[in-house]
Amino acid sequence: MEANELIVCRDVSLGYEGQALLTHLDLTIHAGDYLCVVGENGSGKSTLMRALLGLLAPLSGEIARAGELKAGAIGYLPQQTRAQKDFPATVSEVVLSGCLNRKGLHFFYSSVEKSEALMNMGKLGILELKDRCYRELSGGQQQRVLLARALCAARKLLILDEPITGLDPAAAQDLYKTLTYLNEREGMAIVMVTHDLKAALQGARTVLHIGRNSVFHGTAQEYLHSPEGRRFGKEAQG
Amino acid sequence: MSLVQIFSYPFMQRALIAGVLVSLCCALLGVSLVLKRYSMIGDGLSHVSFGALAVAVALGFTPLYFSIPVVILAAFFLLRMASHPRWNNDAAIAVMSASALAIGILVISLTTGMTTDVDNYMFGSVLAMTASDVILSVFLSVAVLILFVLFYHKLFAVTFDESFSRATGLRVELYNTLLSVLTALTIVLGMRMMGAMLISSLIIFPALTAMRLFRSFRGVVVCAGLSAVGCFIVGLMISFVFSTPVGASVVVVDLAVFLVSCLISALRHR
Repeated sequence: MEANELIVCRDVSLGYEGQALLTHLDLTIHAGDYLCVVGENGSGKSTLMRALLGLLAPLSGEIARAGELKAGAIGYLPQQTRAQKDFPATVSEVVLSGCLNRKGLHFFYSSVEKSEALMNMGKLGILELKDRCYRELSGGQQQRVLLARALCAARKLLILDEPITGLDPAAAQDLYKTLTYLNEREGMAIVMVTHDLKAALQGARTVLHIGRNSVFHGTAQEYLHSPEGRRFGKEAQG
Repeated sequence: MSLVQIFSYPFMQRALIAGVLVSLCCALLGVSLVLKRYSMIGDGLSHVSFGALAVAVALGFTPLYFSIPVVILAAFFLLRMASHPRWNNDAAIAVMSASALAIGILVISLTTGMTTDVDNYMFGSVLAMTASDVILSVFLSVAVLILFVLFYHKLFAVTFDESFSRATGLRVELYNTLLSVLTALTIVLGMRMMGAMLISSLIIFPALTAMRLFRSFRGVVVCAGLSAVGCFIVGLMISFVFSTPVGASVVVVDLAVFLVSCLISALRHR
């Protein structure tokens, strides 16, 4: 692997119980990338995401990860679960739990971790919410809390799974702005699965479209002029 | 009758020591179990524990030494099913509860007959704890408490968000297993005093009460622990004074405290 490569997939096939959903995929994620993954439901977007996170082994091919990602230093923003809606926890408890993947057997948070959590809350503008209860926040605020937690876990790569589900348009815009900020100013590589094509393309530099029969991978501009992009764009708007 | 008098009886001292520790363990583990939607696992395990106890007595084994491994095995099994996509989890627990109960009752009626033993296993007895049971209970509950405190943050992370924890390299299966083994131990220890039918409420009530009142995970855990211990002591005294079964008395006190907490939370949100 070269120095600026974070994840390299070579001729990867993915699927469950021997049934391949995605075949012969080549994909390299570099430091500082902003990749948007789109495609119809059931095309294998979430499967790809699980494989990138290391939760699913490829059926064939190879997924190589940079050294620091192997220990789990990937910031992940999963879809929210039902149980979280009434979970009693303060914002700082949730954000701090992102620090648990640090190396070594330790049982309590160090002061370095605590100040890092505070810093990440500051970055996302939720510092004044730190003692508030997570379940009483708005959807957009909850998403920021989970993003701050993801930042505690990772410095190089964030993976987001349908991050704007359940957000109103203003909160979604906000989230995209934050992601652009993290990508441009902090050099954080971002991989995002989304349905929201139009808004996502404002920030993303490259697009991976997973179709039933074809896979498109290129820049956002190229994508808008490709057959997949035009068709999917129309569907998404119509 | 004064407190000193009530607790001057050795059997009451034993019940107090074992009961306080078991209630505390139940409450702490209960917060995670309730939030993970695993409340019914506690119920299933208590029925398995009843069956195991009946078999142990029939075969002449020391009850705790036999039921602890059996219930831990059952806990592993239930957890596997909880995470298995093709199993209908709550149906599986119901099947397991009923089967264990039925086997237990059959074994008892074929051996000793349906005597007060059955009654004691089902609804608990304050006299059930022998001195050696208390020593084992103290030892195991302290182990449960230490493990809970050491792994508190990790249990929080796994309870709050399994997918994130897994993606960031936390060994989720390990902590889920830890949780179920600790739960199994606690249920076996508490069952004979509280009764197979009622021990699971010791897991569920304090967590529900605390969740009505507190907004942080730490607050909920501490409040659940305190309310469980408080309710147990009050329930034990009620049971002594009015000669009622200890398990039922404790649960009724828990229920009363839960209702009060609902009221407080409703008033607060008005």
